[in-house]
Amino acid sequence: MKKTGAQIIWECLEREGVTHVFGYPGGAILPAYDALKHSRVHHVLVRHEQGATHMADGYARASGQVGVAVATSGPGATNMVTGIATAMMDSSPIVCITGQVGSKLIGSDAFQETDITGITLPITKHNYLVTHVGDLARTLREAFYVARSGRPGPVLVDITKDAQQSACEFDWESAAPQLPGYRPDLSPASHEYEHALQLIHNAKRPVILLGHGAILSGAMREVRDLAERAGIPVALTLLGLGALSASHPLNLGMMGMHGEAWVNHTIQEADLLIALGMRFDDRVTGNLKTYAPTAKKIHVEIDPAEINKNVKVDVALVGDLREVLREMLPRIESIDRSEWLDFIDGLKGQSAVRDIQNLPDNGHLYAAHVINDLWRETRGSNTVVVTDVGQHQMWEAQYYKHEEPRSLITSGGLGTMGFALPAAIGVKVARPEAEVWVVVGDGGFQMTMCELATMVQENLKINIAIINNGYLGMVRQWQEFFYERNYQATPLLNPDFAKIAEAYGIRTATVTQRSQVVPSVQSARQNDGPVLINFQVEQEDTVYPMVAAGAALHEMIRRPGPIVETAADE
Amino acid sequence: MLNTYVVYVENKPGVLTRVASLFRRRAFNIDSLTVGRTEKPEVSRMTITVEADPDQARRIEANLYKLVNVLLVENITTAPAIVRDLAMIKVAAMHEARSHVLELASVFRARVVDVAPESLIIEITGGDDKIDGLLEMLRPYGVLEMVRTGIVAMRRGSKCSSVVSTANPVAQLAADDDVQYSV
Ligand SMILES: Cc1cc2nc3c(=O)[nH]c(=O)nc-3n(C[C@H](O)[C@H](O)[C@H](O)COP(=O)(O)OP(=O)(O)OC[C@H]3O[C@@H](n4cnc5c(N)ncnc54)[C@H](O)[C@@H]3O)c2cc1C
Ligand SMILES: Cc1ncc(C[n+]2csc(CCOP(=O)(O)OP(=O)(O)O)c2C)c(N)n1
Ligand SMILES: [Mg+2]
Repeated sequence: MKKTGAQIIWECLEREGVTHVFGYPGGAILPAYDALKHSRVHHVLVRHEQGATHMADGYARASGQVGVAVATSGPGATNMVTGIATAMMDSSPIVCITGQVGSKLIGSDAFQETDITGITLPITKHNYLVTHVGDLARTLREAFYVARSGRPGPVLVDITKDAQQSACEFDWESAAPQLPGYRPDLSPASHEYEHALQLIHNAKRPVILLGHGAILSGAMREVRDLAERAGIPVALTLLGLGALSASHPLNLGMMGMHGEAWVNHTIQEADLLIALGMRFDDRVTGNLKTYAPTAKKIHVEIDPAEINKNVKVDVALVGDLREVLREMLPRIESIDRSEWLDFIDGLKGQSAVRDIQNLPDNGHLYAAHVINDLWRETRGSNTVVVTDVGQHQMWEAQYYKHEEPRSLITSGGLGTMGFALPAAIGVKVARPEAEVWVVVGDGGFQMTMCELATMVQENLKINIAIINNGYLGMVRQWQEFFYERNYQATPLLNPDFAKIAEAYGIRTATVTQRSQVVPSVQSARQNDGPVLINFQVEQEDTVYPMVAAGAALHEMIRRPGPIVETAADE
Repeated sequence: MLNTYVVYVENKPGVLTRVASLFRRRAFNIDSLTVGRTEKPEVSRMTITVEADPDQARRIEANLYKLVNVLLVENITTAPAIVRDLAMIKVAAMHEARSHVLELASVFRARVVDVAPESLIIEITGGDDKIDGLLEMLRPYGVLEMVRTGIVAMRRGSKCSSVVSTANPVAQLAADDDVQYSV
């Protein structure tokens, strides 16, 4: 049947299983919008194209399905750049569709012409410029396939206006991807398995380093089986949180720059690191020269370009984590490692992370208290927390215990402020039954708070917790430690967040005391509509412990003063 | 160590940019890059030389493979191979210098491809050493202009680097014994 390019776009999206797209119209994409009327796809009108990309990203991270963002040429497309780079760094599968000026005008500096495929070349997994309607269906199919397969990532498809307007025969079957050089499914050789098994069986002090790849691969069960059968403790990256439940006895917690001190010490003491779907980011390793000096290393990773990039490993198993573990599990011997586990238990006493929970409730409101209370209130009820970037993000990672995969959505690799609110909109659209909480700083919230309107227009029940410390807190912390408390450009003069919420018709509360935290959370949960809570927390509070940039993983900056021992692990 | 890669890519617009951008972004140092047609119209062939240690060399290969349009990568650094560069050198050649230059050209088995009253153009093919050698000898006479193509390389013997089947280069790759990511 003959169809226009515009019709083909929506038809292909539907066939790829897309139910929602996040977008913003403009001249070069208008033909596609014109054809939207006849499509089953629901279009969420965003307020800024960056928001559209974060929403698609949040959608993808929450559901495992490809998220889709749409924008016009020129400024519409360039506004997407930050969101695309965010998705690229965290291996999130999104497809961005942009309109482009007519093919005859390309290269003429036409109105709203930008070379968006050129601009996004280093921040996409792949991108396309489509100038002929006949190429459109196959290109879109390839885009979805590339975005979701192998190591996932963003794919951009730039479609000229004339390709949207002209028509051709549409045949889905004959438009199958043609990607002769693309090889998403590799698998390790048998001698590599042998070598890995031998290292695991010989290790006295092994640690599993669990990352985002476990969630992307859906390997939660296999990871747990491996840990339990071989008696190996598990440390997690920020993006791995939830891949093994926080309450599992072998779960040590987060490693790295703001990880628990005992976790980092454990890694430094280990004789074997088993890295599963994590990429040894510099926030995870600290100084590479002193990283886990006595440990052999096994790296299970789908992307061969990650092997030996930061940390030189002894065995690399290149392939999908779940497949690799399924191959290995039957050959894993159960080994008693109680000595090693007892040793780690001994290290736990050194932790300073939790002592803040024991701080007296002396009229101050600490962000850690807010997060901890939020966790107590919402645990076990299908809650997804979406965090922004900064101190509040680290406190969330430390004090909210994630039991399920995809229950923490956060920008790790790019650290994009402004991510949380739009990403949460994508999360709620993907999982309407989930309870969604935004945990965001007063700085980052103001970067994308225009999306409050999108949330309201789409009638989404999202709860927003602003951790309002009056500072660009994480940067202030660096100034405190490394720039002699020279607080240049970090104090914030904030608007009245309650009034902002009211302007959008959103319920709101302001909390200044610990005793108000739980009631405010309970009331937000009971309310049918979105609620914004402004938590006015201690202004100059600091995230401990911390591995300074360039320091060894075990050389952590600790909370000054006596360490308060904690009894309960809750 | 200077590594030499033979890279087969889909002959599509923008592929050269993708490869060049990869090297820039990852801060790999390209020494030379040549690209041209192959016996198959839908496939182009690149020869890329890069300064890299063995670990880096493997990562360069893996990163090239991440480009969707890259069909096949072969590091032929240690394989027996013919490596060739072509240079054209315009050299001042007046009076008695002329016969010296002509003599040098013949010693280096280079060809004179243009003769003008005050200059000659010499064309020479060979490895880096040979071309650099001639260049050094010609400098005292006055090198007015020079152009080099960058190197192209091909394995010796019957083993081919070529893409047997564009439909499925991956199958070919699996059969290729030197693909290994572990150390
Ligand atoms: C303020 C701030 C502080 C931070 N502090 C910390 C910290 O203290 N600790 C910490 O851990 N992080 C921290 N981060 C986050 C950090 O920057 C990285 O984003 C994070 O460590 C990356 O985690 P990852 O390697 O698990 O995930 P990713 O970066 O997403 O990497 C996933 C890896 O898994 C691989 N993979 C994908 N799919 C599969 C599959 N199917 N099978 C096998 N492998 C697969 C991918 O190829 C990739 O290599 C911080 C970030 C910010 C902004
Ligand atoms: C878009 C962007 N710009 C700048 C930064 C650098 N940065 C990292 S954390 C931070 C401060 C965040 O402040 P706020 O949102 O108030 O959160 P807090 O740290 O106070 O919890 C800044 C400016 C960033 N990560 N992203
Ligand atoms: Mg702040």
